Amino acid sequence: MKKTGAQIICESLIAEGVEVIFGFPGGVLLPFYDTLPQYPQLRHILVRHEQAAAHAADGYARATGKVGVCIATSGPGATNLVTGIANAFMDSVPMIALTGQVATPFIGKDAFQEIDITGITLPITKHSYLVTDPGELASVFKEAFYIARTGRPGPVLIDLPRDVQIEQAEYAVPAGEVKLAGYKIPARGHPTQMKNAAKLINEAHRPLIIAGRGVIISGASDELKKLAETAQVPVVTTLLGIGCFPGDHVLSYGMAGMHGSGYANKAIDNTDLLIAVGMRFDDRVTGKIGAFAPHAKIIHVDLDPAEIGKNIRVDVPIVGDVKAVLQTLHKMVEVGQHLEWLQQLDDWRRQHPMLGVREGTGLLPQYIINNLYEATRGQAVVVTGVGQHQMWTAQHYIFREPRNFISSGGLGTMGFGLPAAAGAKVGRPDRTVWLVDGDGSFQMTIQELATLVQDKIAVKIAVMNNGYLGMVRQWQELFYGKRYVATPLSCPDFVKVAEAYCIPGLRVTRREEVAGAIQQAMDHDGPFLIDFMVEPEENVFPMVPPGASVAEFIEAPKKEVSTWPRRNTP
Amino acid sequence: MAATKHTLVAIVRDKPGVLNRMVSLFRRRGFNIDSIAVGHSEEPDLSRVTIIVNGSTAMVEQVRKQLDKLIDVVRVSDISGDKIIARELSLVKVKASSATRSEIIEIADIFRANIVDVASDSLTIEITGDEDKIDSMLKLLRGFGIKEIARTGRVAMIRGALPSEDKKANNR
Repeated sequence: MKKTGAQIICESLIAEGVEVIFGFPGGVLLPFYDTLPQYPQLRHILVRHEQAAAHAADGYARATGKVGVCIATSGPGATNLVTGIANAFMDSVPMIALTGQVATPFIGKDAFQEIDITGITLPITKHSYLVTDPGELASVFKEAFYIARTGRPGPVLIDLPRDVQIEQAEYAVPAGEVKLAGYKIPARGHPTQMKNAAKLINEAHRPLIIAGRGVIISGASDELKKLAETAQVPVVTTLLGIGCFPGDHVLSYGMAGMHGSGYANKAIDNTDLLIAVGMRFDDRVTGKIGAFAPHAKIIHVDLDPAEIGKNIRVDVPIVGDVKAVLQTLHKMVEVGQHLEWLQQLDDWRRQHPMLGVREGTGLLPQYIINNLYEATRGQAVVVTGVGQHQMWTAQHYIFREPRNFISSGGLGTMGFGLPAAAGAKVGRPDRTVWLVDGDGSFQMTIQELATLVQDKIAVKIAVMNNGYLGMVRQWQELFYGKRYVATPLSCPDFVKVAEAYCIPGLRVTRREEVAGAIQQAMDHDGPFLIDFMVEPEENVFPMVPPGASVAEFIEAPKKEVSTWPRRNTP
Repeated sequence: MAATKHTLVAIVRDKPGVLNRMVSLFRRRGFNIDSIAVGHSEEPDLSRVTIIVNGSTAMVEQVRKQLDKLIDVVRVSDISGDKIIARELSLVKVKASSATRSEIIEIADIFRANIVDVASDSLTIEITGDEDKIDSMLKLLRGFGIKEIARTGRVAMIRGALPSEDKKANNR
């Protein structure tokens, strides 16, 4: 049956199970947008800036595990997607980015709003297409979704010239599996390496698992838990691995890395066998690479062969799907017992407590996150921007399930929070979704408040307002002689800004008001903003100074720390 | 680790932009290409790319893995450790007068090179061989004055092997 290119695009999206598209129209996309109402099963959410469309699709994908879809017009629309695509690429998020393109006869002529977006996004997409024949659309979409979602996921861009959307072509749902000669998905680990790994695990005295986002992508949380419990191996995670292992599990020792817990980093420094699962030895995790896990043999499990040996030399490389590998490994390992090692970790946990909040009257961000955790019983989806607030959330909210902590890791994109939270809420409408943002990060995409209102997306917003670009200020304080250059930040009255968007809000300045404000936000049916006026010069601790080994973390001044009363300490 | 020259052979889908993707990857990851030669392969719709990279074995292995991740790259192998036949073709335009012409032709003969064009003030020589052979001839010709050089870069193949064995090399 003949259909227009735009119809084939919509049919293809539906065939791939797409329910929602985040986008912003424009000249060359008019044929597509004009066709959209014929397909009411495709919900379109209008953002206020294309960058937000990409972040929303990203947040949606991270929260649901489905492929996120965003669309923008040619030229500036397409270039505005770039940050969002790069963000998804760095964190292996499955995404389809659709861009309008000038009609094929105009390509290469510097036409109005023409840009070489497949060229621009070459290093930040898993693959890309410029479709020049409407007859190819159906197979291109099928292939693109397949590539985006399988293997190590990532963004795939499809550039759609105007005439390709208008012209007609025969359409039938493409039959059969996608076959790509050059696309290999390693299924399970090499048997010899698996044997080697199991042997090392069975013989280790101080084993440690470091788990990353790969565990979440692979849906391998149960398998990870079984392996850890059977072999009695403590687990630390990367920032993006948060939630892949229950944060309140007796074998959980929190997050490792630059702002990881002292005990997690001490564990890395002392382990004799590091089992790295679905993580890629980012420099924010390893610190000084030469001093990382100095006493350990390293087993590295990853789906992407190029990650193995990229940053660090490993003893046992296992290329394969994390879930399949962990399932097999679980059958191969013996029931373990590492009482002394676990005792040692618990001692470190007592010596370097993580969940403490300084006593006194000041409104501390850590206190707010603790309250948020209590109020949501650890069940909320929490999305962050990038900066100090992101680290405080990672440290002080305890996540028990995967896909509940959504944050920009690899690219560290300020402004990610609000649109990603919108995407997460659209994908998980039955969950409470909190955005914890900084005053700097929030202002980068603050216009998306309008998106929340127009599409009735009930995101709860907690702004940690310290009047600084706090993380940069912290570095200036610690490493640049307290010269606060370009970090003091004047902010609008966020409550009034929210009000202008018809979003109710509250300003909180004292500890006593925190719990009540959070409750009020949760009770409200719809988006709500709380502007928390936090201690301006509070720092994120512990911190591994840049270039130092993870064992050389700086801690908060000890005498001021009291343990948060309602938390399970061993 | 010592940097040595590695020969990578990639079989790629004959799609628009595939070379761009490969070259972009080299630039982005900071790998240097010594030479790159592209042409059709024995299979329809597939091209063969021979890339010479200078680097340590670990670095080149990372290059190979990154190339292999490109969707349009069907397979890629580092054949440096294999017994290979490697050839390069060069065209060299040398200044020649009636006094020097015969001497230049003699040098070309020694290297089994062909004279492909003769002009009143120059000779153009076509030479095929490995880089060393071409470099040696160029060294001898320099004294006469070289006006222009065009080199294809190396193309290479494993001796006696079938393409299927290339695949095995890839898996090693």
